[in-house]
Amino acid sequence: MSVRGGLASSLGSRTARLGAAAALSTGLMAGCRLAADPRPEGMAAAAPESEERSITAVSYGGSYARAVVRGYHESFTAESGVRVDLADFMGGLAQVRAQVDSGSVYWDVVDLSVAEAVNGCDEGVLELIDSSILPPGPNGELPEDDFLPEMNTECGVGSLLGSSIFAYNREVLTGPPPTRLSDFFDLERFPGRRGMRRSPQANLEFAMMADGVPKDRLYDELSTPEGLARAFRKLDTIKDQVVWWETPAQAPQLLADGEVLMTTAANGRIFNAQVLEGQPFVIVWDGQVMDRGQLAIVAGTPRLEDAMRFLRHAATAESMAGVGRHIAYSPARYSAQALIERHAETGVEMWPHMPTNPANMKNHLMADWRWWADHGDEMLERFTAWLAR
Amino acid sequence: MRSESEVVTPEDTSTRQQPVARPRWRRALGPRLRAAGLALPLVAFVVVTFAGPMVSLLTKSFHEPEIADALPETMAALRQWDGEGAPPDDVFAATAGEFVAARNERTLGRTANRVNRVVSGMRSVIMGGSRLMVEAAAEAEAAGVTTDGAFWRETMIGIDVRWGTPEPWRALRDAGQRFTARHYLKALDFERGPEGGYVRQAEEWRIYVPLFWRTLKVSLGVTMLCLVVGYPIAHLIATSPPRRANVLLLLVLLPFWTSLLVRTTSWIVLLQNQGVVNDFLVAIGVIDDDGRLAMIYNMTGTFIAMTHVLLPFLVLPLYSVMRSIPPAYMSAAASLGATPLQALRRVYWPQTLPGVGAGCLLTFILAIGYYITPALVGGQSGQLISNMIAYHVQTSLNWGLAAALAALLLGGVTALYVVYDRLVGIDRIGLG
Repeated sequence: MSVRGGLASSLGSRTARLGAAAALSTGLMAGCRLAADPRPEGMAAAAPESEERSITAVSYGGSYARAVVRGYHESFTAESGVRVDLADFMGGLAQVRAQVDSGSVYWDVVDLSVAEAVNGCDEGVLELIDSSILPPGPNGELPEDDFLPEMNTECGVGSLLGSSIFAYNREVLTGPPPTRLSDFFDLERFPGRRGMRRSPQANLEFAMMADGVPKDRLYDELSTPEGLARAFRKLDTIKDQVVWWETPAQAPQLLADGEVLMTTAANGRIFNAQVLEGQPFVIVWDGQVMDRGQLAIVAGTPRLEDAMRFLRHAATAESMAGVGRHIAYSPARYSAQALIERHAETGVEMWPHMPTNPANMKNHLMADWRWWADHGDEMLERFTAWLAR
Repeated sequence: MRSESEVVTPEDTSTRQQPVARPRWRRALGPRLRAAGLALPLVAFVVVTFAGPMVSLLTKSFHEPEIADALPETMAALRQWDGEGAPPDDVFAATAGEFVAARNERTLGRTANRVNRVVSGMRSVIMGGSRLMVEAAAEAEAAGVTTDGAFWRETMIGIDVRWGTPEPWRALRDAGQRFTARHYLKALDFERGPEGGYVRQAEEWRIYVPLFWRTLKVSLGVTMLCLVVGYPIAHLIATSPPRRANVLLLLVLLPFWTSLLVRTTSWIVLLQNQGVVNDFLVAIGVIDDDGRLAMIYNMTGTFIAMTHVLLPFLVLPLYSVMRSIPPAYMSAAASLGATPLQALRRVYWPQTLPGVGAGCLLTFILAIGYYITPALVGGQSGQLISNMIAYHVQTSLNWGLAAALAALLLGGVTALYVVYDRLVGIDRIGLG
């Protein structure tokens, strides 16, 4: 390749753009957003009737954001006339806490894990949600029977079940394929770089399972200093081969670019790359870590009424099925699961790709949100310290 | 600033010749006060934007009143406790009352998080326990049972046997101290031992002290690299004819005027795995396609990008000092029989020392607090202490620890400055 061509391709390359994106996100984003927020404080509340009303819903970006926009943002706007602005974040409560503490709440509805929603609720940074707002199912199913177990909490309304899995690119990994979670940590049989999310969530569980800790004792072990050290020792074995990604959309990109041999990922992202871009990715379901997703409302938002209506709309079986027709996450309601058959754009049958399909659940772990609610902040600190070492 | 004689107007001159109307000290002080008044906006600016925030930040590093404010009765009751065995009944009553109230107001989560930072594991003890305590309080009220200390002792120990041991109470008492050294201890890799005293952390969990060392080494290394690269450049500019010197100076200044982010991300384009440099090396056959060099997202990337970003801070003071050195000195040295190397070492170099001192100090102090460049190109192994400060400010929201780390960094820089002053003398620093 000529130098010129190299420059051109590099300028356009994803890594450069990611670098620029990281530049914005690493330090400046929170500050810039506060400063650059186009809507001054109190304006939405004081806006005249004629002005268009809007709320801001925050999500993880990429193909998942597309799915929620098609799934229920658009139908909510059509039904209520309230515009839904989409914002991206990388998970976690830090920005929500900062907005509530500074008294300038510009996010309204946030996509969170149950552990985060429970923490935020205890801290008073999320609004309490009256469970009576939950709509019944399409055939009149009662919400308490229709939602999967432990999907709703005081401040969070269940939206979906998604899984952390690992995947590889069949065009890059041409030898005998990995089939078990322990293969991800096996650098001898599968030499090459690994992509992993830069967060302790799921990674600690992967490390423990791959190290042979029985699933029923996993969180008890992680609660002891020795068990935690064991998890990090397992991660140590591949640390210098790991490329850390932060936004979920980076994982399929790393695979597509051949930057890594395998990567952990959210299963829906890999699915979308498979069906929409025709990527030859393969998901290894062994050792999948399943987690519950919820929607929550930031405490003190001046647009509380619209945010509650939005939440109620998102909690209908039709909304959830709308998401499930675009990305392979299982809805939080049984009645919604029954409504999903095929992928909305390609007609691919969805059920084989769902994390809740028994064929994919031969060896799975349900993330313990109680443990993460208690230990999440501490684990993030430990993990950050470990990374910087 | 103009001197006293310059501000005297004709009227002033006439009054001077007349008998003294004002006390002498006022006459002497007046112009000085007026001159100082000109600096007032600057002083106010510095106080509001720099000194004030600095003091408030540094205060946070040893003053953490939030827990004590959230649980005042518990703290007052715990003061009567000797620290052995379970505390008296009134402590249980005070704690239970405050836990239930805070839980209902949804403020307990924050307090629990703060206590958890002091003693790991306390979050689950407090939050898990308080949920059942709220239920117990409601049941007791419905049944008409009085909720006194004895009731709460039994209830709390029934909920979690640990409340019958001294550990969680000691944790609450320690966490409730308004003035504390714990952030500094944590910043120096100490942790709270099981008995409450502080012990050095196990080797594998030490993080901040190694990071301070790494920051120091990287800053020194970057400063040295800047000197090695910048000295010849400054010399070249200083000794070139004016036209060429201007062009060369522009080449130094152009990147200086470019955004830091642009310069840093350009290095990503150049150095990454599929980047320009690697592509070029593969194309001319120096390395093969599998052997591409890892030059970014590690320490190498941090060194290269930081050296480039900080180079002008060394070149500019050096250049202005070198420009003031008459070229005749070097000619004189040569005519007295010195070889070029001798002349450089014994005549030129000593005269540039003020510039070297100024440039190195400036570069070093900037390098020690750098964080955007390492965050972008340093990967995991190239992170510096400032990145951890940023993490605690933005993500973990543990401002006390961030403040302690920042205070230690500030103290370190000040100490280095004092050492430099003693060794070299700060008056020897010159910008030409």
